[in-house]
Amino acid sequence: MSSSVISRAAGRRDHRPAVPPPARRARRGPALPVRLLKGLVLLVCCAVVVVPFLAVVSTSLADEHQIDAAGGYVLWPTHPTLAAYRAILSGGVVTHALLVSVGITVVGTALSLTCTAMLAYGLSRPGSFAHRPLLLMVLFTLLFTPGIIPNYLVVKELHLLNSYWSLILPVLVNGFNVIVMRAFFMDLPADVLDSARVDGAGEVSVLLRMVLPLSKAILAVIGLFYAVGYWNSFFTAMLYLNDTDKWPLQLVLRTYVVDSTPLSTSALNVAGDVAPPQQSLQMAILVLSLVPILLVYPFLQRHFAKGILVGAVKG
Amino acid sequence: MTVESSRTVWSRMRRDWLLLLLGAPGIAAVLVFSYLPLAGNVIAFKDYQPYLGVIGSPWVGLQNFQILVDGDPAFRTALINTLIISLIQVVFVFPAPILLALLLNSLLSERVKRVVQSVLYLPHFMSWVIVVALFEQMLGNSGLLNTWLQGNGFGTIHLIGDPGLFKVLITSQVIWKDTGWGTILFLAALSRIDLTLYEAAAVDGASRLRQLWHVTLPGIRSVIFLLLVLKLGDVLTVGFEQIILQQQAVGTQASDVLDTYVYTNGVINGEWGVAAAVGLVKGVVGVALVLAANKVAHLFGERGVYSS
Repeated sequence: MSSSVISRAAGRRDHRPAVPPPARRARRGPALPVRLLKGLVLLVCCAVVVVPFLAVVSTSLADEHQIDAAGGYVLWPTHPTLAAYRAILSGGVVTHALLVSVGITVVGTALSLTCTAMLAYGLSRPGSFAHRPLLLMVLFTLLFTPGIIPNYLVVKELHLLNSYWSLILPVLVNGFNVIVMRAFFMDLPADVLDSARVDGAGEVSVLLRMVLPLSKAILAVIGLFYAVGYWNSFFTAMLYLNDTDKWPLQLVLRTYVVDSTPLSTSALNVAGDVAPPQQSLQMAILVLSLVPILLVYPFLQRHFAKGILVGAVKG
Repeated sequence: MTVESSRTVWSRMRRDWLLLLLGAPGIAAVLVFSYLPLAGNVIAFKDYQPYLGVIGSPWVGLQNFQILVDGDPAFRTALINTLIISLIQVVFVFPAPILLALLLNSLLSERVKRVVQSVLYLPHFMSWVIVVALFEQMLGNSGLLNTWLQGNGFGTIHLIGDPGLFKVLITSQVIWKDTGWGTILFLAALSRIDLTLYEAAAVDGASRLRQLWHVTLPGIRSVIFLLLVLKLGDVLTVGFEQIILQQQAVGTQASDVLDTYVYTNGVINGEWGVAAAVGLVKGVVGVALVLAANKVAHLFGERGVYSS
């Protein structure tokens, strides 16, 4: 990295030493047309990602006139209005689904993170009783995925069908996350933890007072991964929940946006008011379902930059 | 001797009971929801009746597996679609992150690189429902693209809902969603390549293209192999959620894959035994493929997923 910075800085200057150091020659930038082409390719890649989000957010904020004039979509709302959001958040189907999704995500993430951290800590001391078989047991789950049918049968036999627990318990502990967190715990300075133990601290207080505070970064990343998983889960809800009243936001999104079932005024709870255009309503539901991800994304992003995950994957 | 060892077991258990207790909820979850379903596969050998339960249903031997041999047309369609989609994805989806990573790695500006990465990682965190919804809003018959085309006097293009284009559509969705995220391991491998290798190559007069071939690609070879091995294990698993969401518009002939076949036959149509049999064979073949691919990787002198 530093050598590329040096070579770039040096490349701009006119006076060069007679014999350029090899590092500079090796990493010197390519010719201008190549650089322009690269820039263009990356710009197109980014636009392909950004434009859909922009169009969706803008349309959800646009008023009826602009949507009609544009024929359905706007890329920039001229008179932004929150009418669509007010309509879907006034206590109808969408509001309910949003609360369900938030509830599942919060409860699920808290439970998953707790169980994962406890298991990872329990497995972080090589030589402890049954350490190896238990670790192998977790590792083997990475190799196979039980099919849809056997999963369904287990949930059914445990009488979890149609219960919110069916969305949480089957995905409570992810083997990969356990392995990543265990690797992180094992990298913590062992002598510090040992000295605490010598001073009479029990395992639980070592975990709570020392290990967890030292592991905030990995807890944040794994927690966010669990949260994104719970928030995004769609098929498990479709498979296990029969009551449409219990549907989380992703299923409501499917019904009203992917299958474009029109949102009736009864589903919106805006009787009397003039409902905003369907187009903005649909886009507003879509935005609601992606906003939480956009909110946590910068935090996740910060940790990718630190390379925590890649380091853990490597080891 | 046995007394001695049992005493050590006992004393080790007494020493580590708290660690075991901490791990217990997680272990229980893994046992119940990862290992117990394996036992649930017994219904592949039974005529499963929901009211009789898994244990009470009668045994039928290999009858449920008959479909694999007979070549039931619906099953055959699902199998062929799965293989075609997998092949398309190995050819088009697999190299995409490698190319993007090489491109990003060749950028000299760290800032530009970080911004582009942040943008391109984002779609990975969107659910399939969101991705499918976005594609419909952009490319659907009344989506952004077609409204623009119509507004400017061109005809509409039916990109979504055309059975002939379905495989192209789902492939482009996968590329859109996961190419950026897929670069993460390749970029990590690229950053570990020793820069002096490039210097040496440049001194020897290697052009940038030759440096790419002789230094860069060998540097990420083991990651490519690792991911290829994992991909092979997934050859029979293609975009279940993605396809279930879009199947209605194009029909099963174009879109049915093994997983959707299992779901529709089992959960929807109640052919539990047959669906479980197909799922079981699919799972076993998947594990066998990973092991075989790993073996091949070893023959090529690569580490693969695990070393023996």
